Amino acid sequence: MITLTHYLVLSVILFSIGLVGVMRRKNLLMLFFSTEILLNSVNIGFVAVSHYYGDLSGQLFAFFIIAVAASEIAVGLGLLVLWYKKTGSINLDSLQMMKG
Amino acid sequence: MEQYLYIALFAPLVGSLVAALFAQSSKNIFTGIFTSTLIFISFVSSIILLYYVNANTIVNVEMMDWISAGNLSISFGFVVDQVSVIMMVTVTLVSTVVHVYSIGYMEHDESFNRFFSYLSAFVFSMMILVMSDNFLGLFIGWEGVGLCSWLLIGFWYKKTSASWAANEAFIMNRIADLGMLMGIFLIYWNIGSLQYDIVFASIVNLDIKIVSWIGIFLFIGAMGKSAQFPLHTWLADAMEGPTPVSALIHAATMVTAGVYLIVRAGEIYTLIPNVGMFIASLGAFVAVFAASMALVNRDLKRIIAYSTLSQLGYMFVAAGLGAYWIALFHLMTHAFFKSLLFLGAGNVMHAMNNELDIKKMGGLYKAMRPTAILMGIASVALAGIYPLAGFFSKDKILEVAFNDGSYILWAALFVGAGLTAFYSFRLIMLVFFGDKVHEKFGIVPHEAKPFVIYALTPLALLAIVAGFFEHSFYEFTTQLLADYKFTLDHSVVINLIFATSAIALSGIIFAVYKYIRGGFSEKIENWRIYKLLLNQYYIPKLYEVCIIKPFATLSRFAWLNIDNKIVDASVDMIAKTICSSGEKAREMQSGNLSSMLRWMVVGIIVLLVLAIFYRPMV
Amino acid sequence: MFEVIAFYIFSILTIIMFGIVVFSKNSLYAMSALAGGMIFISGFFFLLGAEFLGVVQIVVYSGAVMALYAFGMMFFDTTRDVKENIHYKKILYSLSIISAVLIVIIMSAPIYSANIESLYPSAIEGVGNTQIIGLVLFTKYLIPFELAAVMLLVSMISGILLVSKRMDMNLTEKDHYEEKGEII
Repeated sequence: MITLTHYLVLSVILFSIGLVGVMRRKNLLMLFFSTEILLNSVNIGFVAVSHYYGDLSGQLFAFFIIAVAASEIAVGLGLLVLWYKKTGSINLDSLQMMKG
Repeated sequence: MEQYLYIALFAPLVGSLVAALFAQSSKNIFTGIFTSTLIFISFVSSIILLYYVNANTIVNVEMMDWISAGNLSISFGFVVDQVSVIMMVTVTLVSTVVHVYSIGYMEHDESFNRFFSYLSAFVFSMMILVMSDNFLGLFIGWEGVGLCSWLLIGFWYKKTSASWAANEAFIMNRIADLGMLMGIFLIYWNIGSLQYDIVFASIVNLDIKIVSWIGIFLFIGAMGKSAQFPLHTWLADAMEGPTPVSALIHAATMVTAGVYLIVRAGEIYTLIPNVGMFIASLGAFVAVFAASMALVNRDLKRIIAYSTLSQLGYMFVAAGLGAYWIALFHLMTHAFFKSLLFLGAGNVMHAMNNELDIKKMGGLYKAMRPTAILMGIASVALAGIYPLAGFFSKDKILEVAFNDGSYILWAALFVGAGLTAFYSFRLIMLVFFGDKVHEKFGIVPHEAKPFVIYALTPLALLAIVAGFFEHSFYEFTTQLLADYKFTLDHSVVINLIFATSAIALSGIIFAVYKYIRGGFSEKIENWRIYKLLLNQYYIPKLYEVCIIKPFATLSRFAWLNIDNKIVDASVDMIAKTICSSGEKAREMQSGNLSSMLRWMVVGIIVLLVLAIFYRPMV
Repeated sequence: MFEVIAFYIFSILTIIMFGIVVFSKNSLYAMSALAGGMIFISGFFFLLGAEFLGVVQIVVYSGAVMALYAFGMMFFDTTRDVKENIHYKKILYSLSIISAVLIVIIMSAPIYSANIESLYPSAIEGVGNTQIIGLVLFTKYLIPFELAAVMLLVSMISGILLVSKRMDMNLTEKDHYEEKGEII
């Protein structure tokens, strides 16, 4: 029998994979992929909670998260393309203008 | 009558503030005249108040609420009753004379204006001290005169010895003021008010032990201000200040504030005769102790300072034995002749180009006849020769001691009277008569300006005639103060008077006889007792060895070890920690998104840990 | 039984797919794996009875988002792999593991779960999942829904603008240059 905990643990595992991606990758595109993973892992958690407690709010939150993810990608990719046009690189290490 | 009260109180303040405006500018005779006029106005108001109080009743005004916090409510109130009006008249009279005198005395001083500002501020503080109708107001005046005394002793602050003496006086007074404050706290604690009338009305209901402690603590305050043993050393050193200051503050007014306090709190001290006896004993001791030091000293002003100390001892004897009006009477007469003596000494000092050693003077009578006469009058009055003022008051004190049955005190005072007569005339003889030693030093003496001399005449007059007001003074003051009952026979009194006069006269005659013939031989300077007296019984030395040096060592230790190594070091450490942590945290700002994300995850972990351990109150 | 098998298969596949996304050097592989992972996630949604969300997941992610990425990658030279020199590997992994463990601790400790009450029942007799979502979405969540719509519009416009125009130059400045007849 699959319980809520199973889903939540899965969600956490996916989340930590996403965290590793966020911290590890230097390719900016990969960074976006990792963010998608993070958002999706949270989605799984929401939907599972919604299912096991019989409450629809979780699904709706997941729905809004998908909307946020979509718009984030639109803007983020736009900026990324612009950056690439300017510098010819999408390597994170070349992005150090804010060095203090 | 209230307006006269306010005029008497605030005229000196106005003078002081106006003079203070010109403190930095060069000498301006206007400030001297202006402040003198205001003090004189204050004096006139005091006289009017004296008549009013004599004819009608006491004046009591409440100027404003001062402190009201919780149950504590103290108003800024003033009272003019028989005691305070006597003090007011004495203070303003002497102050007026001193102000006028100072115009002449300080005329070559750069800080002429500043001097008058301080002097008037002192008078204002003294007026607050004597006019306040509660202990807290008295304390404010008490501290005010302490401050002005500090300012004036250290008036020539560029002189190390002057600023040292000023600090000494100030610190000694602080020690004593602590005692006084404790007394005031005790009063408030047990009675819940500081108004004189309320305190005196309810002090009877208190436990005698508490009353004793109150009396002792208040007397400690009085000891500091009136320079009683063992806090006496500052008075002699305070002579570093300008001579008018010595006359006004360290002879006539401020140092008598202690006596005033005892007289004022007389209703407390009548309840505790044991403490009174102690006060009287200490007073008698100081009377002889100080007089003995005056015998051998060669410093003109110091001799008079010791004489002041000795006379204060007399006052304390009277106050301690419950003869408050006599203490007050001696306070008043003493103010007249002692300030006269000091101001005369100031003239001599000027004439001798600030030379103070009386062995280097002599034969000044011809050059400065008026001064010599004035100082002679003052000395005779001080010695207590009929019919001058000192005779009446001092003799009364001896009678009180005899009447009380404390024959030891009487004997001490009796000896003191002889010593007083001797050293007074030793001074007169060495300064005004004998060989003109000063010619060796090429000094040409000159008499002070006429107006200075004229300014002194009221004091001289009073030094002569004040004694005859004894009876009216008695009538006047005993309306308020407790009466002192003499139980002696008339014949005993006559005998006592003769005895006292005899010893005073013999002291004078001995001094005159001895110094007319050239004084004592040099040999006595090698006597042990001479050295002991000259070194003030080694008490300053003792203080230095026992208190100042260990304290300095302790302070040095605290500075090097506690302050430098703990306080400063910990402050430095905080700064250094912040600085270095900032220096290290700067590396976080690498501008690299990857490392920033790592830090973000660290932050997430911290928040998660918080989420686990933080439990909101449910 | 079917549910259990499906859960484990989907979870293993999702983890593998996302692992490829994170660890693969080739961005094309990573993108394909991501698309696959998204589809498997929609499988969970179907399992949990959220059919509408499952469909949306496939449509939005595998359809729209992946298409966006694919178009975006056309701008970049994907054959030239980005050289990634990675430091602090230990710190990195330990950080993610610690956070995972912490989250698990939080979830396994029933702090708030006991108090949860169902506000919007997800299963009503005779009404499908899509229908209920529609009902709730257009009543209780109407304002967030509209805001989400506006947000998507804004991001769409910004995406178009960012990629199409030369944003290193001010728009008015550009007009100024055009007036002068300069070629941009």
